[in-house]
Amino acid sequence: MNLYAKYFSMHIKSQMQYKVSFFFTTLGQFLVSFAMFLSISFLFARFDSVGGFTYEEVLICFAVMLMAFSLGEFFGRGFDLFPRLLGDGGFDRALVRPRNVIFQVLASQMNFTRLGRLLQAAIVLVYALPRSGVVWTLDNIFTLSLMIICGSIVFFGLFVMYASIAFFTVQGLEAMNLLTNGGQEHGRLPFGVYGDGVLKFLTFVVPLALVQYYPLQYLVGRTNNFLYALLPLLATAFLLPCYVLFRVGLRFYKSTGS
Amino acid sequence: MITLKNITKTFRVARRQAGFSQAVKALFTREYETIYALRDVSFSIAPGEMIGYIGPNGAGKSTTIKIMCGILTPDSGECRINGRTPWRERIVHVRDIGVVFGQRSQLWWDVPVIDSFELIRDIYRTPQDAYKKNLDELVEILELQEILKTPARSLSLGQRMRCEIVASLLHNPKVLFLDEPTIGLDAVSKIAVRQFIKRLNQKHGTTVLLTTHDMQDIEALTERIILIGKGQVLLDGSLSELKSRAQDGANAEEMVAALYREYEI
Amino acid sequence: MVTAYRALFRIRFTNSLQYRAAAIAGLFTNFAWGFMYILAFLAFYRSNPGTFPMTMQQTVTYIWMQQAFMALFFIWIFDNSIFDSIESGQIAYELVRPIDLYGRWFTQTSANRLAGAALRCVPILTVAFLLPAPFRLVLPGEAGLLGLFFLSVLLSMGVVVSFTMPVYISTFYTLNSLGVRVAAGVVGDFLAGGYIPIPFFPDALRAAVELSPFGAMQNMPLLIFSGYLYGGALARGLVLQVFWLVMLLCVGRILMKRSLNRIVVQGG
Repeated sequence: MNLYAKYFSMHIKSQMQYKVSFFFTTLGQFLVSFAMFLSISFLFARFDSVGGFTYEEVLICFAVMLMAFSLGEFFGRGFDLFPRLLGDGGFDRALVRPRNVIFQVLASQMNFTRLGRLLQAAIVLVYALPRSGVVWTLDNIFTLSLMIICGSIVFFGLFVMYASIAFFTVQGLEAMNLLTNGGQEHGRLPFGVYGDGVLKFLTFVVPLALVQYYPLQYLVGRTNNFLYALLPLLATAFLLPCYVLFRVGLRFYKSTGS
Repeated sequence: MITLKNITKTFRVARRQAGFSQAVKALFTREYETIYALRDVSFSIAPGEMIGYIGPNGAGKSTTIKIMCGILTPDSGECRINGRTPWRERIVHVRDIGVVFGQRSQLWWDVPVIDSFELIRDIYRTPQDAYKKNLDELVEILELQEILKTPARSLSLGQRMRCEIVASLLHNPKVLFLDEPTIGLDAVSKIAVRQFIKRLNQKHGTTVLLTTHDMQDIEALTERIILIGKGQVLLDGSLSELKSRAQDGANAEEMVAALYREYEI
Repeated sequence: MVTAYRALFRIRFTNSLQYRAAAIAGLFTNFAWGFMYILAFLAFYRSNPGTFPMTMQQTVTYIWMQQAFMALFFIWIFDNSIFDSIESGQIAYELVRPIDLYGRWFTQTSANRLAGAALRCVPILTVAFLLPAPFRLVLPGEAGLLGLFFLSVLLSMGVVVSFTMPVYISTFYTLNSLGVRVAAGVVGDFLAGGYIPIPFFPDALRAAVELSPFGAMQNMPLLIFSGYLYGGALARGLVLQVFWLVMLLCVGRILMKRSLNRIVVQGG
């Protein structure tokens, strides 16, 4: 943990060397998610609900997913940029150091420009929560935190999976965007509205619905079953296959060195 | 003590053809061929020895080093370094080795080098007093006092390479692998690096394995050379032995060129 | 000019084919992304059929065509090699040669865009044609509309490319293109209907955007093809496209000339 803090301060020092780029990248992040927010607003200026969810409920969804994604991307940045680490020999360097490899990849990048998105998500959340009738009770705070934290863990797992595939091929990695960026962008609507197929996939294969659709139902009072609020915990089991895949990839890398 | 016994390593490479129709064809089928990067490589190195590991590009030098560092697992064969198999006990093994990849940097580009050094200290869990003693010594010999506070991106190539070497030695490794440490350096820096390696070996008894294309590195540093070509060890002997085989008046470069011709590599 | 185009196109196309998995994965991504958009709009449609500004079929067609021709229409798909050459100073070597830099950049970026779209559009459109309703892409009813569509595609690519030219040129002044690139990309693509089609905008904004250069980008060909735009509105839209293309070309040329003069005066 101490070492992580050390890496953290190194990254801050590095990024502060490029204040202009840092500022514009943060701004860009902010603008992109703001454009998504505007799209939702425009649609709800015309329509009053989608799949039974109101504007404010959809905004909660948007904000939670945006926050979870930004956090997941902040911590998972090293995995997101893993092809580069493989290409420039940084990964070989990690292998000749007496520390856990996954830890080293995790610490190799931290993306502070994601703060712009995080801030926006917080503002939207503060706006939408009271208007959707969610009261600050203990169980609601608990549910909301669980959605955000476990959501970021699932996104983190997706980045690990992305890096694992990069061991085998750097071609076609683009498709993983569908789950990472796509999960965030399309997660602005409760996944249930996309129909049964999508919902099943996001429940049983990549458990993004477990941190979004189901606990949301509890949060906005559509169900009283507290199990719905606990489902995000189950979603964190997704890390396990991601970890295994990374180990398999690592073994492959050690036998080919490509 | 380093021993390699019958190390063999193969890679599978996709054949790629040029041209438009071939590119379309490659969408559907792809052919592979197996290439021997190393074939039955064996040698051993005694503690405190300095070895020049030479051969043309693509001969297998880097593959050998990667295997000895625990980065690559060979197809077959044995490798023991300090009594351990590198790829089986990676974490324990790498504590005792230092590696310099001449073409790649381990320093943080935008922060002062001293910060990189301190991070490396924490990564290796080197105790503060040992670190301090080591750093002071290295900094003094390599004359780095002035540049410790400079970010790596503002250093000259020679300064950076000296810092790279320091970074690889802060944890006081028993074995040092140097992969083309003098590549691209000016004459002054080259000499400084060579003198330093020599001194390190004499004072601390560090085992050094050095790959290079610069025969003056070899002449200045190593008594023994191992020549590798097409993945096989072609020659393992002393520099003087090599010299006796060469024509009179030939310098080191010419000797090696003659060797490459002799073995058709 | 045409030969340069063809050569660039060929190189780009062959290069892209080398990467088999990348091509397939890219297609798959485009495809799935389009599907998710359609499912979202379908959900809105089912909840509010009365206030939906387009028919569902038109919306579906709009989304598929957008995915298929993405490389042509989106502002954010800049040509990074141009930014790099300016930021690194490589551009100095180009400037000593007697070439029309504006024309060269214009050719280069539009060739890249055309090649990118050519690779993606055929498989996406083929599959989208074969899908069952309501996901199916529907052809325009009249052959004439198809002709107007192609005309509008070319105009809209012209508008997009000539809109990006001042962004490239601005790098001569700022040397860090990131800010302009980000702002132009996100704001421009949003207003052009890249996030949601312009008919879904609030009415006042919609009226304003339709007159702006952004309304002359992807909005036009996509709405023509989907059968939303016809008759007088279509004709007016085409005129606006021509107008904005000419305007942006002039502005870009003037800006280019000025910045080059300035560079020559300053000696690079």
